[in-house]
Amino acid sequence: MNIPRNELLALGAGLACAAVLAFLPLVTEGFWLSLSVNIMLYAAICTAWALFSGPTHLVSLASAAFFGVGTYSVAIFIDVLPFPALILIAVAAGALLAMLVGLATLRLSGVYFVIFTLGLTELMGQIVTWVQTNFGGAIGLYVFTDLTEAHLYWLLLALTVIVFVTGWLINRSRLGLALRIIGNDEAVARHVGVDTARTRIILFAVSGAFIAVAGAIMAPRYSYITPDAAFSPMTSFFVVIMALLGGTRRLWGPLVGVVPFTLVMDFISGHFPNQTAVIVGIAFLAIVYVLPDGVTGQLESLFRRRRPAEQSLLTSTVEEGR
Amino acid sequence: MLILLTGLLLGGTYTLIALGLTLQYGVARIMNLANGETLVAACFFTFWLYTGYGINPLVGLLVIGPGAFVINWLIYAWLMQPLVKRAKNRGMLEVDSILATFGLLFLFQGLMLQAFGGSYFNYEFLAQPFSIMGDSFGLNRVVAFVAAAVIAAALYVFLYHTDRGTAVRAVAVDPRAARLVAIDVRRTAAFAFALGGTITACAGTLLSTFYTFNTSMGVLFTMKALIIVIMGGVGDIRGAVLAALVLGLTETLVASLLDPGLTLAANYALFILVLLLRPQGIFGKRPA
Repeated sequence: MNIPRNELLALGAGLACAAVLAFLPLVTEGFWLSLSVNIMLYAAICTAWALFSGPTHLVSLASAAFFGVGTYSVAIFIDVLPFPALILIAVAAGALLAMLVGLATLRLSGVYFVIFTLGLTELMGQIVTWVQTNFGGAIGLYVFTDLTEAHLYWLLLALTVIVFVTGWLINRSRLGLALRIIGNDEAVARHVGVDTARTRIILFAVSGAFIAVAGAIMAPRYSYITPDAAFSPMTSFFVVIMALLGGTRRLWGPLVGVVPFTLVMDFISGHFPNQTAVIVGIAFLAIVYVLPDGVTGQLESLFRRRRPAEQSLLTSTVEEGR
Repeated sequence: MLILLTGLLLGGTYTLIALGLTLQYGVARIMNLANGETLVAACFFTFWLYTGYGINPLVGLLVIGPGAFVINWLIYAWLMQPLVKRAKNRGMLEVDSILATFGLLFLFQGLMLQAFGGSYFNYEFLAQPFSIMGDSFGLNRVVAFVAAAVIAAALYVFLYHTDRGTAVRAVAVDPRAARLVAIDVRRTAAFAFALGGTITACAGTLLSTFYTFNTSMGVLFTMKALIIVIMGGVGDIRGAVLAALVLGLTETLVASLLDPGLTLAANYALFILVLLLRPQGIFGKRPA
């Protein structure tokens, strides 16, 4: 594989950052560690979300559905299987759900997909509630493990690294090339022989599986799992807002949104617990109107405007396609 | 027979919700994910008027309808118009409007949650039995159905037998060509968006007379409306009416024969069927 030098550097720098971050639980605990778990959680989910929604421009509003499926994969089988096996179940469940959604909607125009995902979280929640009340007895499930907050942090850090590496590999593969063509012009993609539906379904399955794993990792933290908590629409909302704030054109774009947003959200939900939804709603609108390409997109276009002469037509189209 | 009629009565209100959304999406080209919030807001406003001031919900329509029209006009002018101007093509507008109305959804939900809390509300209005063909139904349901039918019929007459209505349909077909025949597309789109909001709000008022509502149920109704609109074909009134009745019927069937907790699953099952069999709508033509 012929890897450009700057990408290799970025990869090395990323891995070094991850290695440094891995020491965090050794120097801090309590409040800052649990805040770091939240940041890692959303870093993983938002990046996984942007893997699909970034290049395809199809906004998935159903992150919480995948998250909840992962959480329930753990909750249902925790007494009979070891934790690593449960992660594999979450992968399978998340990918399966994504493929079903994809098969129903991704062969058609994009708007059907968005609509389908709008109610998906609620649907999964209702189905789980229905199954539990009719066949399972109680509504909630207990998850007891000896995983500590530090373990969750490391698991989520590892997941984030895997998501990033997967995203990088996809970008370099034929699948990534196909995606960039679809994102730029779907008609062109079809003319050069890209199977647009298949490409999207595969990518959505990858993204869904990652989000399900994040849900599985978080299950031990809740310890008592109910459909309302696992399938909370707020999760989907936060994922979209953070990814948009950071920008989805680059793999690391969402990360730029996750860190400040999680910190600010923690402050807001601590000080104004009743106004949280309103404040977040206003923040969301502000981002859509003021920063349509996110912070990274905005910075990039500023940067480009300042040095227009250095950009040849060719490189700018390649950049745009990313 | 009981299930059939209950389903049809419910379908009447659903028709209105879907007509509101199809005006907003089909004409103004705004995919309004906050449509259900308009409905829920109307439910609460009706509740407040009825329990606080003893105003009959049907009279309340006269306040809520125009109120919703003004508010939705302002939403379009202030929030949607900038997106329309910014969009380079229809796809961009679709993504932008989906994101913006998704934000609005949470904003409205948060505001209502603050005002009313998360519990369920209902009130007693015309809660007397009314018998049709030997079975008895709540009089409120029958009245809501009749009112919905009247509003839908009025909308039909407006769209197909007035100049203003023809202009609205022209913009739905092709905004660029509409401009050529001296239709003010921007005003017409704003008008259609506001009218759509009004119709959805009326549906909310009617719904609240027989339905238990809470602040977070908006998404469910947006889903129902979207499924109906897709099933009927975007902008197709006949299709929307038929699809709404089918949805109301399926829901009632599932709720009474299986479990009321599965109504959303029933909606989705119907949605998947439509996507697999007729994504262009019941009366739609297959694109070439």
